[in-house]
Amino acid sequence: MTLTNEHIINRLSEKFPEQLSGFEEPYGMLTFQAPKELNLKVLNFLYDDEELKFRFMTDLCGVHYPERKGEELAVVYHLHNLEDNVRIRFKVFTDINQPDVYTATGLFSAANWMERETYDFYGVNFVGHPKLKRILNVDEMDYFPMRKEFPLEDQSRIDKDDEMFGRG
Amino acid sequence: MSEQHIKLPEGSIEKTTTTLNLGPTHPATHGVMQNILELDGERIVSTEQTIGYIHRAFEKIAERRPLYQITTLTDRLNYCSSPINNMGWHLTCEKLLGVKTPKRVDYLRVIIMELSRISDHLICNSIVGVDAGAYTGFLYVMQYRELIYEIYEEVCGARLTTNMGRIGGFERNFNDIAFQKIEKFLAEYPKVLKEFENLFQRNRIFMDRTKNTGAISAERALNYGFTGPNLRAAGVDYDVRIQSPYSSYEDFQFNVPVGTTGDNYDRWLVRGKEMWESLSIIEQAYQKVQDFKGTEADVFHADVPEYYLPEKADVYTKMEALIYHFKIVMGETEIPAGEVYQSVEGGNGELGFYLISDGGRTPYRLHFRRPCFIYYQAFEELTKGAMLSDAIMTMSSLNLIAGEMDA
Repeated sequence: MTLTNEHIINRLSEKFPEQLSGFEEPYGMLTFQAPKELNLKVLNFLYDDEELKFRFMTDLCGVHYPERKGEELAVVYHLHNLEDNVRIRFKVFTDINQPDVYTATGLFSAANWMERETYDFYGVNFVGHPKLKRILNVDEMDYFPMRKEFPLEDQSRIDKDDEMFGRG
Repeated sequence: MSEQHIKLPEGSIEKTTTTLNLGPTHPATHGVMQNILELDGERIVSTEQTIGYIHRAFEKIAERRPLYQITTLTDRLNYCSSPINNMGWHLTCEKLLGVKTPKRVDYLRVIIMELSRISDHLICNSIVGVDAGAYTGFLYVMQYRELIYEIYEEVCGARLTTNMGRIGGFERNFNDIAFQKIEKFLAEYPKVLKEFENLFQRNRIFMDRTKNTGAISAERALNYGFTGPNLRAAGVDYDVRIQSPYSSYEDFQFNVPVGTTGDNYDRWLVRGKEMWESLSIIEQAYQKVQDFKGTEADVFHADVPEYYLPEKADVYTKMEALIYHFKIVMGETEIPAGEVYQSVEGGNGELGFYLISDGGRTPYRLHFRRPCFIYYQAFEELTKGAMLSDAIMTMSSLNLIAGEMDA
């Protein structure tokens, strides 16, 4: 029988009763969130279960929501069941003051550099990562540039007049 | 020369490994990426990759640009096949905005995307030849890469970083010169591709250089998140055009070549065969485009005045066109809030765009799922225990494009 979003919701709800939330289907892709302590359990369940079989990690990225106090940083996993062609999006949220999330590198080798990129951009500390250091930015950088508080351009420049560039 | 080999007693010489920096500027690294190799003689013990030399903060820039200005950023991801990146971005926007493109637009997009796939694979395969020492193939097919760039130039004005198309279609209809060039390409290229294949495919030296080097099994490749020709060479027939068809790919008949061992030779063969398949798709698409007659042949964009700039003549004479023009340029159009993930089959695999919009003028978050970034992680596993020269061949056959790796 085909793997529908409803069926996935049922399987997830019976395995993790009351712990998952935020079930929605934007543009057809099932999206849900779990508390950050459960991220590996959910990923393992989605991987091992013989009906769900989400064995391909398409993407791992971070998002910063400064208004959500206590859970500002999100880590978003996109998984793909290649045989039945079903995609799923799974989010965990973590506090910006203590952004620890368990690493998924044990399950997906693809997560290695993607978690490094999320650390580099947002400062999410992936617990258990083999080598969590900056990957795209210089090693000496001491802030996490994709967070919303950092403006796109360097505000300390005095040689450019923003008024002239249409953004004053 | 002396034939004697010095046989030293065990433990009499301290053996250390050499650290070699296959640095960011090196003729064999295509684009800027660094590999720090630990060598035991000629054999590689371990490698460490450093990337980020061409990181241009696209994801941060994209948070401050309206949707139509992000196309120029996407050009510069995989710059060998920038139309595919552009079309992928337009498809993402169209999915978010709920825009449905007419069939003619889809077929024109398919022609352009397959031409850029041919260009990308041609660059990769000929560079694999160059890294093995054979320059002729690379220079010989350059003429047909030029022809493809001339086709892009007719359509959008640029050769490499094309910024091609708009949300809903193209900025102008393909003119007669563009169609003539496409016909010329379809007529002349097959012979050239055949000759290019004859140079390498059953060449003893090339086969010895590429066979059984850089091999990866299908399970490891899937675990590493490989997609595209690298995954297909390992034996998994995952192609985004077939699994989740976009831009009317379901209307075309084509095969997906799949390898067995995932080594460099298989990757070269898969890319070569994909070029033949792309050629066949372009022929089918061209035929379908020619079948549109009369006013249908003038359709080159969807009818979405909220997102597609109206004709300048109308802007100066009609009220609605003026209002739409103002709203689009000043960023007053309604972008629905939501999150969307759209992927296309790029030259290197599944190029994905994860766009979160909060209803404002610019995206809240845009993340590019870049295939090169993801599969370069596997380089250490691919080259462990291999010779240095095999590492060079593996690096070029993986088709690592620094622009896509770093974004």
